Amino acid sequence: MRIAAAHKTKPVGTEQIILFRASNQVFAISSASVQEVRSVDSLAGAAVEISEAGLGKVRHAIRRGERNLYVVNAALHFGLRASPAALIFLLRKSRVALLIDGIEKMTTMTQLQALPGAFCHEERTWYRGLTVLDQNVIPVVNPGGFLTPEEISQLDGVTRAQSGPEAAGIAGAEANL
Amino acid sequence: MSWMEQSDSHSCVLLRLGERRFAVAADQVAELAAPSRIFRFAQRTPEIDGVILRRGRVVPVCDVAEKLTGKKLGRRRFYLIATRRQGEAFDWIALPVSGDCELIRAELTPAGPSDSAHVAAWLSHDGEVIEVLNLGALMPAAGTGQFPVSSGQTPEAHA
Repeated sequence: MRIAAAHKTKPVGTEQIILFRASNQVFAISSASVQEVRSVDSLAGAAVEISEAGLGKVRHAIRRGERNLYVVNAALHFGLRASPAALIFLLRKSRVALLIDGIEKMTTMTQLQALPGAFCHEERTWYRGLTVLDQNVIPVVNPGGFLTPEEISQLDGVTRAQSGPEAAGIAGAEANL
Repeated sequence: MSWMEQSDSHSCVLLRLGERRFAVAADQVAELAAPSRIFRFAQRTPEIDGVILRRGRVVPVCDVAEKLTGKKLGRRRFYLIATRRQGEAFDWIALPVSGDCELIRAELTPAGPSDSAHVAAWLSHDGEVIEVLNLGALMPAAGTGQFPVSSGQTPEAHA
């Protein structure tokens, strides 16, 4: 039976992606959205501990220039069991740094399928879509889906309260997201 | 005019979920596929068990047995690949079934106001009264996906 279905696949040319692990699951992120890859150890001295009850996935902030970057634990963000993280992605044009277990490899994707409509919860914010690599389905994360502007404002408030006004994000910085 | 109003008898596919049989309008069925590898990734839609790859398409596996019969499906014999309209597009879903499926023609009795939303109609077959499923009401649905375009920049790597 032929169905005139709209196959929601977007050819993306060749987009370079990074496959990374969080809690033993593999995700993909566009390499264009990753500005830096740092080891956790290299940022140990620069990270400030923060505690916001409603945002357990964020435990640290990193001072970069005049604003804070907030370190999101990828495993906790995706509702997975916390695992020993080794690397941090500093995301481009974002106030988010992503704590991950490790990098699998860099590769290219040629197609991105929309998340099927039956998925209707937070995963629609988490993912740009799904790609198929070597007969495996890999979710491609949405770099803008880790923290909302409201959550960043909330975290700015926490860091401001903890460390004084000079340590918090500059006013309106979240508008750059 | 809906598919139910077009003629007196309709083609339906009977499917088995444990001890019970249900029906889906035949024009909503794409194919019957053997069980294949399920890919699971982090997500929050409880009705979805994972996804399968079918002809290059990612199809979510929606186990509706518990919702319809109160019991999880013990053994998956096939996936009934069904479609449902989502605005201008069709959404594909794979329904695990526990037995053979059968294509029949039957007269349908429209669902009444007291019937559950997942019941599109009723049919009678082999002395059994069977629910014709409304897949749109049975499974969750969201809007179409968005595809942000990448900027083409590459990351700097630091030790």
